Amino acid sequence: MSDVARHLAPFLTFAALLRRSGFAVAPEQMMAWLAAIELLGPTGIADVRRAARATLAPPPERFDEFDALFDAHFLGALSAGLESAPREEEAPRAADDSAGGPEPIFGDETRESGAKATGAERLSARRFAPASEDATLRRFARALPARAPRRRGYRWRTARGGPSTDARRMFRDAMRNAGEFVRMRRRKRRLRQRRIIVLIDVSGSMKERTQAHLAFAHTLVGAADAVEVFTIGTRLTRVTSALRLKNRERALTAASLLVADWDGGTRLGEALGAFLAVPRFAALARGAALVVLSDGLERGDPRAMRDAVERFARIAWRIVWLTPLAADAAFEPRTAGLLAARPFLNELGDGASIDSICAHVLDLAKARAA
Amino acid sequence: MAVRRTIVGIGSPRELEEALRAAYYLADEELATAAYLALALGKPLLLEGAPGVGKTEAAKAIAGVLGRSLLRLQCYEGIDAAAALYEWNFPRQMLALRQEREGAGQIDIYRDEFLIERPMLACLRRPEETVLLIDEIDRSDQEFEAFLLEFLSDFQISIPERGPIRAYERPVVILTSNRTRELHEALRRRCVYHWIEYPSPEREMRIIMLRASGVGERTARAVVAAVGRLRREPLAKRPGIAEAVEWAEAATLLNEQGARWPEAFRRSLGVALKDEDDFVHVSPKIDAILAEAQA
Repeated sequence: MSDVARHLAPFLTFAALLRRSGFAVAPEQMMAWLAAIELLGPTGIADVRRAARATLAPPPERFDEFDALFDAHFLGALSAGLESAPREEEAPRAADDSAGGPEPIFGDETRESGAKATGAERLSARRFAPASEDATLRRFARALPARAPRRRGYRWRTARGGPSTDARRMFRDAMRNAGEFVRMRRRKRRLRQRRIIVLIDVSGSMKERTQAHLAFAHTLVGAADAVEVFTIGTRLTRVTSALRLKNRERALTAASLLVADWDGGTRLGEALGAFLAVPRFAALARGAALVVLSDGLERGDPRAMRDAVERFARIAWRIVWLTPLAADAAFEPRTAGLLAARPFLNELGDGASIDSICAHVLDLAKARAA
Repeated sequence: MAVRRTIVGIGSPRELEEALRAAYYLADEELATAAYLALALGKPLLLEGAPGVGKTEAAKAIAGVLGRSLLRLQCYEGIDAAAALYEWNFPRQMLALRQEREGAGQIDIYRDEFLIERPMLACLRRPEETVLLIDEIDRSDQEFEAFLLEFLSDFQISIPERGPIRAYERPVVILTSNRTRELHEALRRRCVYHWIEYPSPEREMRIIMLRASGVGERTARAVVAAVGRLRREPLAKRPGIAEAVEWAEAATLLNEQGARWPEAFRRSLGVALKDEDDFVHVSPKIDAILAEAQA
C-alpha cells in the first residue's frame, strides 16, 4: 500500500497544490485523471498535462496559471508568471458575519499599507443619524413583493391558460366522472423570486450616502425573500444577517460594527474579486440580480475591476450599477474603473437619491437582460 | 470506474485523431486526447469555445467515427424535461380510454406507444446506437442544468408511471457551451473538459483546403491570414472557421467570374463579417489587412 502511495504522491500533492491556489478539484476528477494517465500510456509529460487539463477542467482564463503550476510541480521550473500571480494572497479578503462574531477578518496588513492602498482604514464603528427617507422606503417595501424579479422554479402549479396540460390532474378528475374528461386542466411553472445582491460602496468618496444605502438595504432585506447585502471598500464584508434585525437603528448599528473599512480607500476590483473567490459567495451570485451602489472611483488597477465585473456578468442574471454621479442626464462615466466595467453592465443608472434607487430595483423585473 | 480501452477499434488519441480526419474533421492533439478520454472513461465531453470554432462539428464527427446516429438537443431559455426527456402522448391516451370504455378490453395507457421519446430518453434506451449532443447548454436555465446533473451522473431517469430507466451501457454524451455564462462547477466536474481555441493558421489552412472545394492554396493562406487579423479586432461577432471556409469559397467563385484578387476578397467580405457595426469598423482598414494577408 505504501508503495502505491509513493507512486501516487506526485499527483496527489499536485491536486493539493491546485486547491491551495484556488482551483476546485473534486475527488472524482482526481480519479478520472489517474485513470486517464493510465489509459494514455503515458508516453510523456505532455500526456499527463493533457489528461490533467481534460479531467481537472481549469477555467480557460486560468490556463496559463494552471500550466505554470504544472511546470513548477512536475518539471520543477518556477516560472515568472507564477510568482507574479499569487492567488492565495488575493483571496482571503472577505469577512462573513455568519461565520463568527462581529469580529471582522482582517486582511494582510502589510499589503494594506502597500503602494496602492490609500488612506488608513478607519476601524471604528459609526453612528447613524435617523434616516429621513422613511416614507419612500415604506412605499418601497409595500411595492416590492409584487415587483421583485422572478425566475421560473422547478415545481408546477395549476393555472388557467398555462402552457401545458395537467394530464395527471385530468386523469384524476376523469376517474371521478366515470372516465369522462369534463374540463381541460392546465398548469405552469411556479415562479420564485430571484436573489437580489446589493453591494454597497463604503469608501470615503461615498461617505455621504452609505448610511442611506444601508437603510435601503435593511428595508430590502425585510421585504424580499432572497437578498444578500455586502459592503465593499478596501475589503468585502457580508452584512445580511445584521440587517435582518427588525429594528432599523439596531440593525444599522450591528452592520456598522461589522464593517471595518469605513470611509477608507477604494479597491473595488479586488473586493469584487474577493467576492468571486469565495465559492459560497460566488454561488449566491448565480442567476441573481446584482445591484451595485458605488461611484466606481477605483484607486486600484482598473483591469482587476474589469475582470471581476466580466465574471459577474457571466454568472449573474443582470447587473445594475447605480452611481450618485449619474444624477445629471448627460452623465458619461469618466473614472477608469467604471469605464472598464461598463461594457458588462446591463444598466448604469442614477443612484443619487433613495427614490431613484428604489425605482431602479422595482424596475429590475421589467427590463429584460440586454 | 468502468474503463473501455478500445472503442470501435480506436485505442489511443492518435487513432481517434486519424479517424476524425477521415471524417473530414481536423482535431488537434488536445481535443483528440480529451475526446478519447471521455469515450474511454465513459464520461460526458464538455466542449467550450467561442462561437464558430467547430464544437458542434466535432460532435458530428465523433458520432460519424463511432458509426452512431447523433441525437441533438438544442438548448434554449425555458427548455424543460418535457422537451429533453419524454412526454406522454395525451390525446392518444384519452382516445385509448374511450376505446376501452367502448369494449376494446383493458388498455395500459402507459405503454411505449403512448410515450413520446425525446433525445435524452432515446439516448438512454439505445446507448450503443447513439451519441447525444446537448448543444449550447449555456442558453438553458439553471433549473435545467440541475436536472442535467442528475442525468449525467447516473445515466438514469425515472418516469413515475413506469419506474426508473437506466442505460445498460454508458452513453456517449457531448455538451457544448459558448460560455455566455459560466456553467455550474458541479457540471464541469462530471465531464471531461476541452476548451477549443481558434485553430493555428497552419491547421486552419488545412481545414479550408479539406472543406472547401476548388480553393487554391494561396487563397486559403490569404484567407487564414486575413481572418486571423480580423479576430484580433474588437468585433461583436468574430469570424469562425465556417466563415473562413465560406469566405475562401466565395472569393474563389468571384475570382473565377473575373474579379481581381483583392477585389474578390473585398466584395465577399459579407460572408465573413455578419454584423453591420463590425463592417463599419473594419471598412477603413480592410485594404491594408488584405494587402498584408496576400503578401
